Amino acid sequence: MYNKVVMDHFKQPRNVGVIEDADGVGEVGNPLCGDMMTIYLKIKDDKINDIKFQTFGCGSAIAVSSMLTELAMGKSLKEAKQISNKDVAAALEGLPKNKMHCSNLGADALHMAIQDYEDKKAGVKRSGPARKEEHAHEKESHCYCPYCDVELAEAVTFCEACQRNLDEEH
Amino acid sequence: MINLDHISAAPLLPEVKEVMIDAINSDLHNPSSQHQAGEAAAERVEAARESVRQLIGAGGGKEIVFTSGGTESVNHAIKGVALASRNGGNHIVTTNIEHNAVIRSLKRLSGFNFKVTSLPVDETGRVNPDDVAKAITDKTLLVSVMHSNNETGTIQPIKEIGAITRERKVLFHSDAVDSVGIVPVDVDDLNVDLLSFGSNRYYGPHGVGGLYIRKGTRIFPLLEGGVQEHNKRGGTENVIGIIGMGKAAELAARDMDTRMTHLLALKNYILAHLPEYIDEYLINTNLEYSLPDLLNVSLKYIEGESVMLMLDGDGVAVSTKSACATGSLRASHVLMSLGLSHADAQGTIVISWGIGNTASEMDRFFASLAESVKMLRDMSPLYKNHSNMS
Repeated sequence: MYNKVVMDHFKQPRNVGVIEDADGVGEVGNPLCGDMMTIYLKIKDDKINDIKFQTFGCGSAIAVSSMLTELAMGKSLKEAKQISNKDVAAALEGLPKNKMHCSNLGADALHMAIQDYEDKKAGVKRSGPARKEEHAHEKESHCYCPYCDVELAEAVTFCEACQRNLDEEH
Repeated sequence: MINLDHISAAPLLPEVKEVMIDAINSDLHNPSSQHQAGEAAAERVEAARESVRQLIGAGGGKEIVFTSGGTESVNHAIKGVALASRNGGNHIVTTNIEHNAVIRSLKRLSGFNFKVTSLPVDETGRVNPDDVAKAITDKTLLVSVMHSNNETGTIQPIKEIGAITRERKVLFHSDAVDSVGIVPVDVDDLNVDLLSFGSNRYYGPHGVGGLYIRKGTRIFPLLEGGVQEHNKRGGTENVIGIIGMGKAAELAARDMDTRMTHLLALKNYILAHLPEYIDEYLINTNLEYSLPDLLNVSLKYIEGESVMLMLDGDGVAVSTKSACATGSLRASHVLMSLGLSHADAQGTIVISWGIGNTASEMDRFFASLAESVKMLRDMSPLYKNHSNMS
């Protein structure tokens, strides 16, 4: 199901843990699908000096988190903001199609954590970490039927190809 | 590999392999052919039917139809009864925890003027027979309730429901795919009119199964074609598969008591020793009414596919019902029906063992599970105990 790179990051995830005195914390989560991810950042001279993650999720979600931290480590904030979910999936040499939406939220969590750091610096007060409940479906250009894998337009509730109702988001 | 995923695939027994290989080497002809070669094949098929008949206590051989497996049997039972409906019967009663073969067959029928009442189960996973009685109307054609659930192993009060459907003169189908060959199932004792079952569950081949149709039941074929299977299922029989299924049925009936004793001992072993290895988990199987060879466990704060992959790395196969592991990415309807939260449902694994497993294999599974759970909880933002962080 998963390729060797994904399995390597799943089995030996890099940078797992919490940074207690983090400069920025970002969370993303999708309660329906179940995956949740928290990214902790330590920033020095506008660079990511340390990054750690915590993830509740499937093999793909854990591998994504691990790869993301490797991609982001040592990067300037400007560079880190450019990292996309697609970049993470590409670095992992691909993820199963049905996992692209729900478990590929690492970059979103990173961007939230950077936002949290920048907000703090600008004096914005927040009770918890920067949070994003739903990951950005609108940013994705493709959706696929979970049953027959045919490409679908956003927000359709019925798959013409396999004649199935799609009750929930896909 | 330690196979604790028998619900997905049980190994063929050596005796089953032997008869199937012999059948392949015998170049059996078409059972419908009237020459001697055809009749020899037909005899083998009828011998298998007799073994299956004895396994489920059916009255006569003509009541058993061989199919391509549980899914076809279920589709045949439900759609066949619906197609044969007359006098305006268009209502079907079922439960919220059925297998998708039932759910999707009924969903399909609901697009053709059939009405479906789907009953909830209690928090232990069982349907209340009184609810079935209340749901039956003068339009009710069929009640379909599974014998045991494929995710939790919980057994339903089929006999009690059968008494109700008999009294109300409504047809009763039970999807018994996960029970037949494992626990005693007797169609007369249960008062069912239709019973679906497979073959692999009791160490026979995949791709073959059976449907019990009580004599006099009004039902149309699902597969129209020739007059095979007493005109109930067109298509040349899967002779080799049927012969394997017959052998598996014969052995299941013969060895059921000793197998159950072994399987139940392993179940009790797991229940007794699991707390020594992990904490904060839920057993979603009804321990009073359930199969002897399956447990459904929710591991808090972690996700089931990750657990399954880690166990797989240690050579232990289990299955998971986490949304992430299914093609549809949805939480299991069975676990939702039990009232589990999405997070708890996500952490669910299904452990199903077989007659070849041993207690020492369970010890290896426990050790691997404990390590996997610790690693994943250390990684989980939902796990409060941060003192464990490495």
